[in-house]
Amino acid sequence: MDPVFVTALTCRECGRTYPLDALHVCDWCFGPLEAAYDYEAIAAALSPEEIAAGPRTIWRYRALLPVQDTRPVELGGGWTPLVRAERLAAELGLGELWLKDDTANPTGSFKDRVVSVALTKARQLGFKVAACASTGNLAGSIAAHAARAGMASVVIVPKDLERAKIAMAAVYGGTVVAVDGDYDDVNRLCAELVAEHPSWGFANVNLRAYYAEGSKTLAFEIAEQLGWRAPDHVVVPVGSGSQLNKVAKGFTELSKVGLLHADEGPAVRISGAQAAGCAPVATAFETGSDDIRPVRPSTIARSVAIGNPADGYYALQAVRRSGGAVGSVSDSEVLDAIGLLARTEGIFAETAGGVTIATLAKLAAAGVVGRDERVVAIVSGHGLKTVESLGTAAGPGVTVPPSLEAFEEAVGETGEVLLCR
Amino acid sequence: MPVTVRVPTQLRSLTGGAGEVAVEASTAGEALKALDALHPGLAERLFDEKGVLRRFVNVFVADEDIRFAAGLETPVAEGETVSIVPAVAGGA
Repeated sequence: MDPVFVTALTCRECGRTYPLDALHVCDWCFGPLEAAYDYEAIAAALSPEEIAAGPRTIWRYRALLPVQDTRPVELGGGWTPLVRAERLAAELGLGELWLKDDTANPTGSFKDRVVSVALTKARQLGFKVAACASTGNLAGSIAAHAARAGMASVVIVPKDLERAKIAMAAVYGGTVVAVDGDYDDVNRLCAELVAEHPSWGFANVNLRAYYAEGSKTLAFEIAEQLGWRAPDHVVVPVGSGSQLNKVAKGFTELSKVGLLHADEGPAVRISGAQAAGCAPVATAFETGSDDIRPVRPSTIARSVAIGNPADGYYALQAVRRSGGAVGSVSDSEVLDAIGLLARTEGIFAETAGGVTIATLAKLAAAGVVGRDERVVAIVSGHGLKTVESLGTAAGPGVTVPPSLEAFEEAVGETGEVLLCR
Repeated sequence: MPVTVRVPTQLRSLTGGAGEVAVEASTAGEALKALDALHPGLAERLFDEKGVLRRFVNVFVADEDIRFAAGLETPVAEGETVSIVPAVAGGA
């Protein structure tokens, strides 16, 4: 068994400490709890060589994760490609651009990182049922990992989600509960359910302190894939704000335990991306406010449609502290960006990925993301999950009868469509 | 003037189990102060050392979040309810 470096849960607001149980809220001041580590011991124990010898999954960073297990609950999530995006960079007027391609995870989104951590902890604590409140991607990942671990699952989603996301949650044999309401309604319901079902581990409620830590592995991988160097600027989609916070925390931790090149601090600028139809964090950023005013979401980007983001405040602080920005983009800009990313780099992103790329384009045009920066954009989920949002735009260019003549008439030598039928 | 303060489950150990407490107040801040006078110990759970409302404690006057009204100065009319609601800490 590996040494355990996580020491306690601590309240982000008042600093009170709690044991490593299924707790997520400080019972004194209601602040969120977060995993704390013995960084000195990690620094002494961990080296790039040791990490490189580990598995090609998030568990290569187990020293910096809040649960240890020789056989974690996993499907092999993490260690996704970091690809140089020269063609997209040229389109956006950027210099060195990289894409963290989390569409390559087993269930097609970054959620496999957080769920693997959450369910490993759930099994350790003896929970019988894996549960969650989800905008879709989490539901599929929970159901798949629960199946793998032989656990039952109950995933709770807003009823009008994309078909593919519902199917991905249902196929693994768990229970999918569709709620007549939006994600924020689902979230409130789950907050009440936690008290009623003590044998259920809700990944993003009572296990949230563990679950959220999984997103740090995005930062760990980005740095390792860049040769243990931090990028200058990372653009992250913002739903609850958790991923952005944990990416920021990940880079800070790497610096603390001495894994980044000596000439580099953790001075990564972090920028957030939101859909204009659900942009409470972007609005607070633009108005200079510390208070996140909840909104009722109206956007095709369902996976980031969270009107009352639990970590919005901390995401806002992380962005401001780092010198980044939070931008927002319209649904049509999201669709254009999905097409642009696919055409230039061969990566098919879901709507949240479109939000990120469209926001990157906007921040680049405004000069917030600089030409001289090494930039990483996180593409958090696969486009097949949200294919209906593309409408008829993603259909055949032309339909022909099965004859050579008709084909030659319709398609030119460079592959272009010559006539529409 | 008489108003009602609604107390969440987590704080009812300080109110002898009561979920609603009647106080005299004309602003949200006065209502919370009056609540603490009746049930000492509540203020330190609601406010930090600087007297600022804790970040994950939401206060509503007639269902409107006071952060988006006049904060603790938000007026409370006779018979209105001041609700203390811990933020829902969870979600994707």
